[in-house]
Amino acid sequence: MTVVGARPRVAVVVFPGTWSERDFAHVADAVLGWEARLVWHADTDLGEVDAVVLPGGFAHGDHLRTGAIARFSPIMAAVERFAAAGGPVIGSCNGFQILTEAGLLPGALMRNDHLEFRCDWQWLRVAHPDAAPAWLGGMEDGALIRLPISHGEGRYVADPETLDALEAGGRVVLRYADAGGRVTAAANPNGSERGIAGIVNERGNVLGLMPHPERAAEAEVGGTDGLLVFRSLERWLHERPAAAERRL
Amino acid sequence: MRWLAEVHVALRPGIADPEGQTIGAALRSLGYDTVSEVRSGKLMRIAFEAGDAEGAEAAVADMCRRLLANPVMETASWELRADEEQQAAETVTG
Repeated sequence: MTVVGARPRVAVVVFPGTWSERDFAHVADAVLGWEARLVWHADTDLGEVDAVVLPGGFAHGDHLRTGAIARFSPIMAAVERFAAAGGPVIGSCNGFQILTEAGLLPGALMRNDHLEFRCDWQWLRVAHPDAAPAWLGGMEDGALIRLPISHGEGRYVADPETLDALEAGGRVVLRYADAGGRVTAAANPNGSERGIAGIVNERGNVLGLMPHPERAAEAEVGGTDGLLVFRSLERWLHERPAAAERRL
Repeated sequence: MRWLAEVHVALRPGIADPEGQTIGAALRSLGYDTVSEVRSGKLMRIAFEAGDAEGAEAAVADMCRRLLANPVMETASWELRADEEQQAAETVTG
């Protein structure tokens, strides 16, 4: 069986309090003609899918810490198996927070340094896209893209050794920047260490980012740079039919 | 028997605490000029059953490790005691 040309199938995980699942599903289904499947957090099976999305929101009310309760939701065992098998997983906003709590990505996301919820368009500098081939592979190193952010707890923290290891491994793939592409303190919307907006795991299949690619996929909403992420996945799946065929 | 644990979750030294800083600024604005630092944290009181003190201690340590604190930015400490009120009630009714 060949899956080249087949519609990508993505599982979009829904926790109690998730709020971005329908935006992801809309982009996948209506904008791109993919097949999105909403998967409830209490389920234990993702079904046959090519990729998994942990969307933004406030899973389990963000109680205790963002993502702290969600990581124990039954579906997370399946997400961890999927990731361990090399399947592409993306966590945006609350999804990123859940990935760090689950230990699928290092570090943690804490209250914004100014204590405000920040909802705005944000410039981002892409670095080492090949470190996250499924999600950023179609982009150029150093590309400047513009995506919405919408969070109160997006300040990325990790100990200096972890930050150094991430940088040395080329795994800091998105940084907050200004319109000129400069990564500065003024362009950093939440006080994240080293301007970090997105990181990828060592294997390159699990991406966490605070911005919302699903909210920038149609010109009507003000931008389409989010489509770059979706198109990267599409391309990656086409170029790796063997991986896709496994239907993890 | 029933145990009561009081778990304190604190931010690790060096981790920025904007909430604590804001509380500190508010205290100084109220005239408490000598306030030099405020660190915020969480307090959780947990009632649970365990056979003995050793088992209770191990259970709290496990709760902290698995859920209550994230070692990336937090530390946990706790005080543990037997719930004497509960035991007294049991003695009366028993």
